[in-house]
Amino acid sequence: MVQRLDRLKESPSQTAGPYVHIGTTPHFIGIDNVYPVDLGSLPVPPEVKGERIVITGRIFDGSGNALRDALIEIWQADANGLYPGRGEHRGTADPAFSGWARQPVDGTTGIYRFETIKPGSAPYSDGRPMAPHITFWIVSRGINVGLHTRLYFGDEEAANAADPVLGRIELKSRVPTLIASRSDESGVPTYTFDIRLQGENETIFFDI
Amino acid sequence: MRNDNTTYQDGAFFQRDRAWHPPALTPDYKTSVLRSPKNALISLGNTISEMTGPVFGHAMIGPLDNDLIRNYATTGDPIGPRTIVYGRVLDENARPVQGALVEFWQANAGGRYRHKKETYLAAIDPNFGGCGRTITDDEGRYWFRTIKPGAYPWPNGVNDWRPAHIHFSVFGHAFAQRLITQMYFEGDPMIWQCPIVMGIPSREAVETLIAALDREASLPMDTLAYKFDIVLRGRRSTMFENRREGN
Ligand SMILES: [Fe+3]
Repeated sequence: MVQRLDRLKESPSQTAGPYVHIGTTPHFIGIDNVYPVDLGSLPVPPEVKGERIVITGRIFDGSGNALRDALIEIWQADANGLYPGRGEHRGTADPAFSGWARQPVDGTTGIYRFETIKPGSAPYSDGRPMAPHITFWIVSRGINVGLHTRLYFGDEEAANAADPVLGRIELKSRVPTLIASRSDESGVPTYTFDIRLQGENETIFFDI
Repeated sequence: MRNDNTTYQDGAFFQRDRAWHPPALTPDYKTSVLRSPKNALISLGNTISEMTGPVFGHAMIGPLDNDLIRNYATTGDPIGPRTIVYGRVLDENARPVQGALVEFWQANAGGRYRHKKETYLAAIDPNFGGCGRTITDDEGRYWFRTIKPGAYPWPNGVNDWRPAHIHFSVFGHAFAQRLITQMYFEGDPMIWQCPIVMGIPSREAVETLIAALDREASLPMDTLAYKFDIVLRGRRSTMFENRREGN
């Protein structure tokens, strides 16, 4: 026998289930009298610096059907590449910007939509700049452990080409699954980021 | 001087033990079959994008947010066994995680959720919404009051039932710690018949999701208590690292 390490084990994950909205976005399903607003649903305040963008898309299962019961959270740096909240020691992020948002996919169409700002570049662990990106976390019925992925911007070709995370992906043909295409048709830069849980063009998910 | 006002050390998080969690594909839980990635996860480790996380202040929490007996009711108390759930949010180093946002949701005493897409024939309780939230104190403690949820049938096998459970969503100190899980109740034989629970590979791991009945924390002639501790990923100390992570 040897001494014990005195460590605990992380609580095992369990699926968010189909009724995740009750606890996370109750107004979305008509529970209006418990909280003032759904957490993470408020628009970015006007005083936040940075280019306004829209991110939209759907999450597809292995049969090509869009999930209609999923929940997405995004986490990102401000326009200068500084993170709000805890753990940022390089400076102080834009105080008006929370960096975090949460949206359910539409219960009929499966479409999600975030209105946010384009993040700046933050450094990789060795100091090299990472291309601007937004962290996605996806939970739903049938997903046992929440999935982490990243959105990169299709109009940042040079930065993406030098990004140390994308550079580590051996199968280069999978890199485009992380890159959102830009359209300006609606007047606001709109990035479409579809997520495929399985099948051809399965999105890259990260063990972080 | 640190700017995040925490007692945490800021090294990278311990690798998540994927053999302890349910795998993505658990065929007995049928929905996982088409929703499980087939490729291996790409090992990213922690960059600053994962080692940071949003902060939620106590100011956003309303006085009834942790009281599911009262936060929706209009004509009286909801039906069901009055229940206190309490515990701590810790990390794998057994340190308390203070300031963690804990959200919870559940079915009513009959096993019926208040949700547009819920079709179980058990009755809606007019006085029960089923959601609550709180933020852990300086010692990582949380508690809330509710009614004990009922078991319910679900479309998986032809006769599958979920054990009584409460769903939990937890924000620790970094996005890398983000976790959603479920709490079960001591002594429930249905835990061991549930395809969602049994996706967890080991009995030992399942047992960490079963709350213990605690008579000492119960209120006599009033409310039974269950203790449920939640553990988030731990992180290394930067003491022995030759460079600071995230810089
Ligand atoms: Fe449930």
